[in-house]
Amino acid sequence: MFAYILRRLLYAIPILVGVNLLTFALFFVVNTPDDMARLQLGAKHVTPEAIERWKVEHGYDKPLLLNTRATGSAQLTDTLFFQRSAAMFAFQFGKGDDGRDIGNEIRARMGPSLAIALPVFVIGLLVNITFALLMVFFRATYLDLWGVVLCVVLMSISGLFYIIAGQYFIAKLWNLLPISGYAGGIHGLKFILLPVLVSVVAGIGSGSRWYRTIFLEEIGKDYVRTARAKGLSEIRVLFRHVLKNGMIPILTGAVVVLPLLFMGSLITESFFGIPGLGSYTIDAIQAQDFSVVRAMVFLGSFLYIVGLILTDISYSWVDPRVRLQ
Amino acid sequence: MARIGAILLRIGLLGIGLLAGCSDSWNNPYPDTDAHANVLYSAFSERPKHLDPARSYSSNEAEFTGQIYEPPLQYHFLKRPYTLIPLTAEAVPTPHYLDAAGKPLADDAPADAITESVYEIRIRPGIRYQPHPAFARDAAGHYRYHALDAAAVADKRQIGDFTHTGTRELVAADYVYQIKRLANPRLSSPIFGLMSEHIVGLKALGDTLEKVSRAHPDAELNLNDFPLAGAEVVDRYTYRIHIKGKYPQFIYWLAMPFFAPVPWEADAFYAQPGMADNNLTLDWQPVGTGPYYLSENDPNRRMVLTKNPYYHGETYPEDGDAADRQAGLLADAGKPLPFVDKAVFSLEKETIPYWSKFLQGYYDSSGISSDSFDQAVQFSAGGDPRLTDSMREKGIHLVTAVAASIWYVGFNMLDPVVGGQGEDRRKLRQAISIAFDYDEFISIFLNGRGIPAQGPIPPGLFGYVDGVAGLNPYVYEAHGSKIVRRPLEMAKKLLAEAGYPNGRNAKTGEPLVLYFDTMASGPDTKSRLDWMKKQLDKLNVQLVVRGTDYNRFQDKMRKGNAQLFEWGWNADYPDPENFFFLLYGPNKKVATGGENAANYDNPEFNRLFERMKDMDNGPERQQVINAMLEIVRRDAPWIFAYYPKSFGLRHDWVHNVKPNLMANNTLKYRRIDPDLRAARRAEWNRPVLWPILLLVGGVVALIAPAVVAWRRRERTTA
Repeated sequence: MFAYILRRLLYAIPILVGVNLLTFALFFVVNTPDDMARLQLGAKHVTPEAIERWKVEHGYDKPLLLNTRATGSAQLTDTLFFQRSAAMFAFQFGKGDDGRDIGNEIRARMGPSLAIALPVFVIGLLVNITFALLMVFFRATYLDLWGVVLCVVLMSISGLFYIIAGQYFIAKLWNLLPISGYAGGIHGLKFILLPVLVSVVAGIGSGSRWYRTIFLEEIGKDYVRTARAKGLSEIRVLFRHVLKNGMIPILTGAVVVLPLLFMGSLITESFFGIPGLGSYTIDAIQAQDFSVVRAMVFLGSFLYIVGLILTDISYSWVDPRVRLQ
Repeated sequence: MARIGAILLRIGLLGIGLLAGCSDSWNNPYPDTDAHANVLYSAFSERPKHLDPARSYSSNEAEFTGQIYEPPLQYHFLKRPYTLIPLTAEAVPTPHYLDAAGKPLADDAPADAITESVYEIRIRPGIRYQPHPAFARDAAGHYRYHALDAAAVADKRQIGDFTHTGTRELVAADYVYQIKRLANPRLSSPIFGLMSEHIVGLKALGDTLEKVSRAHPDAELNLNDFPLAGAEVVDRYTYRIHIKGKYPQFIYWLAMPFFAPVPWEADAFYAQPGMADNNLTLDWQPVGTGPYYLSENDPNRRMVLTKNPYYHGETYPEDGDAADRQAGLLADAGKPLPFVDKAVFSLEKETIPYWSKFLQGYYDSSGISSDSFDQAVQFSAGGDPRLTDSMREKGIHLVTAVAASIWYVGFNMLDPVVGGQGEDRRKLRQAISIAFDYDEFISIFLNGRGIPAQGPIPPGLFGYVDGVAGLNPYVYEAHGSKIVRRPLEMAKKLLAEAGYPNGRNAKTGEPLVLYFDTMASGPDTKSRLDWMKKQLDKLNVQLVVRGTDYNRFQDKMRKGNAQLFEWGWNADYPDPENFFFLLYGPNKKVATGGENAANYDNPEFNRLFERMKDMDNGPERQQVINAMLEIVRRDAPWIFAYYPKSFGLRHDWVHNVKPNLMANNTLKYRRIDPDLRAARRAEWNRPVLWPILLLVGGVVALIAPAVVAWRRRERTTA
């Protein structure tokens, strides 16, 4: 297994280089270093000299991909792409255009993102699986029918609506929880409850429908009939046999997103004032801060690859037939 | 089933108990211990980019830097028109003029004869900096934290992580040091380009520093080693600034944080290895002499300003007019400032939570977004804004002010269709100016938050003439004391005279098609652009909208590729020069990259501008301004759209609020009544418990039939 993981990690290097190159190309097609300088220097009294000075100070005066003035390997290394990319493979992200250390920012923001994303993930998974199993238990009854209708209704509502409705009713009308904000430690609990509740409810529709489909597929299989024939109760059949065998597709969806929980949620964090990573990328795009954008894209790609590897590993755990070679 | 119901009820009650144990008001985002504290609560929607006074230029940054840094001058809190008064200076300096030979000239010497203006500023002794580790010394008098290595700094994330702090007296050299910092290429000060045109030797210093910086990119630039001819220390408390020629507007720059003092110790402290890696820089951890210092700096969550224990002291102004007295703005006259112990600014990106928290009493003041405008404000039959009943019941007050800003639609004067100084082109622009009904625009899109502009100078600035006497006669006409837009027939007549009868080229018969470049985006953009098209439809002229992003728009403007465009300007200082220079020929964007986006260039206007900018306010200057207004109104290089009006709300526990659009250090005047606030918060935020009980009941009601069905099925299968 170790050799497999190592091989997968090595495969990740060209993928990350490619992602980095693509991000670089896309970013600089839209924004020239001059544009970035203008945005940083503000709209007033910006002279061409000031723009040139800013570019020099921030290293944006170098050629993008090929330095024709240099010789030898410096033609490739003395470029904006190389100098901004090489250090990232050692997770040295450098500084944003506002002068703040990106690594520090990421470390500081991961905690708040996780504080929301992890409970949403765990509670959401439990609630969705339970609800799905209940629908399967009552399949072909009015409870199942109305359960599916409820899921479709929940799926059809925009995520933003849940946030606004949650804030309006729970925080504003009933005064039960703070409408937004964040604090560390135990004091942060009251700020986390509302976004977690809203996110879990918002995910019930799609999650439960997905798991219901998986369980319905399993419940028609021979081993379930055998289990029933042995005289097992329906609850036992569902939780001991169907759930266990339905774990592979569940893991496919769940484990792959596990590392990405660090990246947070843009809209939830923005509306609830959570200082996480979710809004960091979009803020950087708006500020045309290439250093932060490439760092976040790199991190996102890396975590996604880690998620895929974890999924493969988890397959072999839950299904003895799967072997990693 | 009964057992499950009981369990759910217990969980619900446990949750209630937990929350109740947390706070009297469950939705209170602040610690209960601060309920009666003398703390002002506010919010910021965008995190500041720079807090270094040499770099910071945005209003959202000035909200912090204005309270921390003290330039020599400030604007009087109450007086209008805006009046400069000393802050750390002994007096507002009067420039002395020198000729080419360095000989003194009379105060009324003609501008042509003046080679240099010298501003001598004497600061008050005894002013001290905020507590900061950069000043901390050991028993032997050596700086404790000026020889740190990266290992010693590794665990320091905030200024509070340093055990010792110190202070020192403010001296004139600190002001000179900061002026030199404007030329530091590593800081990229946004005003370096502008100031190097005015301050003697600043450009040369910038060039020298750039060379040194390139030669030694890793070495720290010690600015004390580089002289600046235009800024000299006379004695411990006096310094002089030498300005090229005559530049009367320079006095206003002395009220901005760009000219606030920075102690060399701060630069030396932050230049140490490892500091920048931990975000310990002057750009993020300011050091000033102001009434507050930044005690908590987490731009991702909240920023806290705390009262500076070494503040030199200042008293609330005693001179205000009758309206100020009536508004209670002189109730605290003569009392020591600042009133508030602490100001907490929380990051609030979205308007909905901000507005809700304001209504709950968790923010002391708020703007009014378009979403909540109708909830807050209604207009009387006479068009005056007033608060809705629900706002008045809460004791909320409305604060309005016309911003020292203008929005305009510019004509690119280099464009072959709409540009140029020919009479036909002028009439075309005048016709379009009449057709664009900005009175309607203000009503539809701004909820009445604006005043139709009559020229480039907004109200509150010298040169602005109120009422009928100040109307733009090419677009408006007087009906008694009312100002009314000229009829559309006049626009059509002008259009025909311009060679486009009924919107068609008289020679070719082709329809007139104009192009409007915009970077507008947002939910109401389409309706706004449709409105613009409709305005020209009235003249049978087609308008093609070319939407683009910020970068491409700027690019088009620099290259002069736009035809019509929308732009705005906020005043740097309350002088008409700061608006007229937007139309001064030598500032053309295409030729020079200047701020004259319309590329307007009228020699007579330019001549008058050069005269006006050096004049003191008075009847003679007003006469010149009137002549300039007449030229730009006739030439119509802009459609003067509107002067935006700001609407703000405050709770009745917040006192001493008077909009001052020039000053950014007004936090020190704010006074709050924390006990009243605590009482109102408790009254407004009583938790409503029935939804929890209903939810528990609802869950039981949902589960109960399922449990019944499950049991029945189990029995059946058994």
